[in-house]
Amino acid sequence: MRPSSAGEGQALPGQPARPAASGALAAAGAYWRAVSAVLWKDLAAEFRSRELLSAMLVFSLLVVLIFNFALQLDRVARENVAAGVLWVTAVFSGTLGLNRSLSQEKDRGSLDGLLLAPVDRSALYFGKMLGNWLFMLVVQAIILPVFSVLYNLPMLLPLNLVVVLLGTLGYAGVGTLLASMAVHSRSRDVMLPILLLPVAVPVLVAAVQASGGLLEQRAWDEISQWFSLLIGYDVIFIAVAFMAFDYVLEE
Amino acid sequence: MIETRALTKHFGRQPVLRGVELSVAPGEFVALMGPNGAGKTTLLRILASLARPSFGAVRVAGLNLPAEAGEVRRRLGVIAHLPLLYGDLTAEENLRFYARLYDLPNSEARLAALLERVGLAARRRDLVRTFSRGMQQRLAIARGLLHDPEVLLLDEPYTGLDPLGCALLDEVVRERSAQGRTLLMITHDVAHGFALAHRSVILARGQIAFTARRDELTPDAFARQYAAIVGG
Amino acid sequence: MFKSDRVAQILNLVTAGLLLVATAMVFFYAPTEVTMGAVQRVFYFHVAAAWVGLAAFMVTFVAGLVYLRTGKHLWDQIGHASVEIGLVFTVMGAASGSIWARPAWNTWWTWDPRLTTYTIMALIYVAYLMLRQGLDDPDRRARFAAIYGIVGFISVPITFFSIRIWRTIHPVVVGGSGDAAQGTFHMTSPMLQTMLFSVFTFSVVYVCLLVNRVRLEDLAERVEQLKVRMLSA
Repeated sequence: MRPSSAGEGQALPGQPARPAASGALAAAGAYWRAVSAVLWKDLAAEFRSRELLSAMLVFSLLVVLIFNFALQLDRVARENVAAGVLWVTAVFSGTLGLNRSLSQEKDRGSLDGLLLAPVDRSALYFGKMLGNWLFMLVVQAIILPVFSVLYNLPMLLPLNLVVVLLGTLGYAGVGTLLASMAVHSRSRDVMLPILLLPVAVPVLVAAVQASGGLLEQRAWDEISQWFSLLIGYDVIFIAVAFMAFDYVLEE
Repeated sequence: MIETRALTKHFGRQPVLRGVELSVAPGEFVALMGPNGAGKTTLLRILASLARPSFGAVRVAGLNLPAEAGEVRRRLGVIAHLPLLYGDLTAEENLRFYARLYDLPNSEARLAALLERVGLAARRRDLVRTFSRGMQQRLAIARGLLHDPEVLLLDEPYTGLDPLGCALLDEVVRERSAQGRTLLMITHDVAHGFALAHRSVILARGQIAFTARRDELTPDAFARQYAAIVGG
Repeated sequence: MFKSDRVAQILNLVTAGLLLVATAMVFFYAPTEVTMGAVQRVFYFHVAAAWVGLAAFMVTFVAGLVYLRTGKHLWDQIGHASVEIGLVFTVMGAASGSIWARPAWNTWWTWDPRLTTYTIMALIYVAYLMLRQGLDDPDRRARFAAIYGIVGFISVPITFFSIRIWRTIHPVVVGGSGDAAQGTFHMTSPMLQTMLFSVFTFSVVYVCLLVNRVRLEDLAERVEQLKVRMLSA
């Protein structure tokens, strides 16, 4: 159940939305309004403070630079490992964002405020998840051109952008679920990457191979299976998170 | 109204609530007191649908918890000592966000009226981060009343309130019980709670140890009762 | 089954007996493999350990689902115990695999899909234990562990496929056309019998350990409870 499928409900903003009132459409509309409220709240707060995005961005740039020194990248080596560097950067900065996004709610006690609202728990999940996904995409939107220039590679190929969309979606999908558990643990800042990275291996493998394949201009036949894998991973894990999120929030 | 029967809550195998029988009639205002660790906050969290009971029946606003939690949440307001607000949003945006979560029609008018009521109309466009603790707490009162809840739960709401806010909250609480709304308030201020509420309940070791109506006892007698239960 | 002393005692004895028989079969019943020699005998316990490791994590997955449905404490204990035991068997599988890989593939380690997946799987369940350790509220710990046990187990086959596709595109450095090509052998029927018996034995060892572990956990909790009661009285 993806929130976009409830998008039709957006066309009725003025209607009083009681799920019982006018059936499924109204319920879908109310659901989407709850998702968008959470998303809007995260975006508005982030737009003010830019705490999260600036941290993710600076961190990403540092990782790109450090890889350059650590791997002593000459031209040939750069082309070989570029996709890997790109995704390691995305994954690490994504972890940073996921951690902050949920620990902020927990620390300020505002999580209870969300839980008190008469909205489906999964709507809270999709709201947070879409926010985290968007933050990762914004960082990528800045990093990719920088990367293209520094490494002299065509990172902005349309298909590579699709890979970025799918890869970050899967990562944010599982990441939001696991981060909402990690914030409750004692060593939470360390906990999230430990929980998330081993589970996210398929995303990383598929995204690196797809990006790498595109950069090396491999045939579509060789690359297409990575797209299938990414889509499959996204669907499976967002569905699992959707079903499990209720249990995370329950007390 | 609020009703619990044989309400029990364990954390692991540690009992926190042991068969709580509490009933608050519609329009009644009950103060809940007790020493630290008595289970007050746990009880409130269960009534607020934030925690599940281990055993026992819970009804809030005529609905069963946790089965009908969604409907209960619509009719329930909470004002806690944590303001449940976002520092990077303005006062207005905070309320607007909650209005959208509660899916309220005509929220803008109600929002403006509430900001006026809690004395923050002039600062509605300012970030909550820049507010004093007292102002945040006043905004929290507005947040709790936003959807005009049938049942209002208050968890140490006077913590951090400025004198203006205290007077405001006293007034809000009286007004709502006059309107037939149900209120349950946790407080550590025994005298203030007893004077304000219709009835005071003392919770100790996960059970209701004593209950008295305001017109049954003098404040001094109640304070002695409280000391005897908590001390013993 | 988990509460009875009698069941546990009988199970302990049966397990010990089976292990003796299995060991004897590995050394005396199964013939020596022609090309690899005696080292091939590690294969029987290797397969058995690897199988039990995977099965144990599957038990955690199922226990997690049941726990979330029913909220029964026992299923949390089973899930937890199964991860601990599963990790031990996974490490045994990896160690015995290394011993075998050294003569068969001429290396202790290759990035073969199965090996890599097993390593990542082990890390998932180490993370599972760390998650439990970091949570104080027992109910929350049980719920989160159940969820992570489910998410982790679902990711294992996907990880395996992703690495396998990757490996088939890039030629494997060690072993020419594929890992399976080197180190395979024709299995005679005593070999097959020994292998099946080892798998059976290790499964019984697993059940035996699980029963004992859950019992231990139960007793520890009861002691804890008595302590609390003593102190508060």
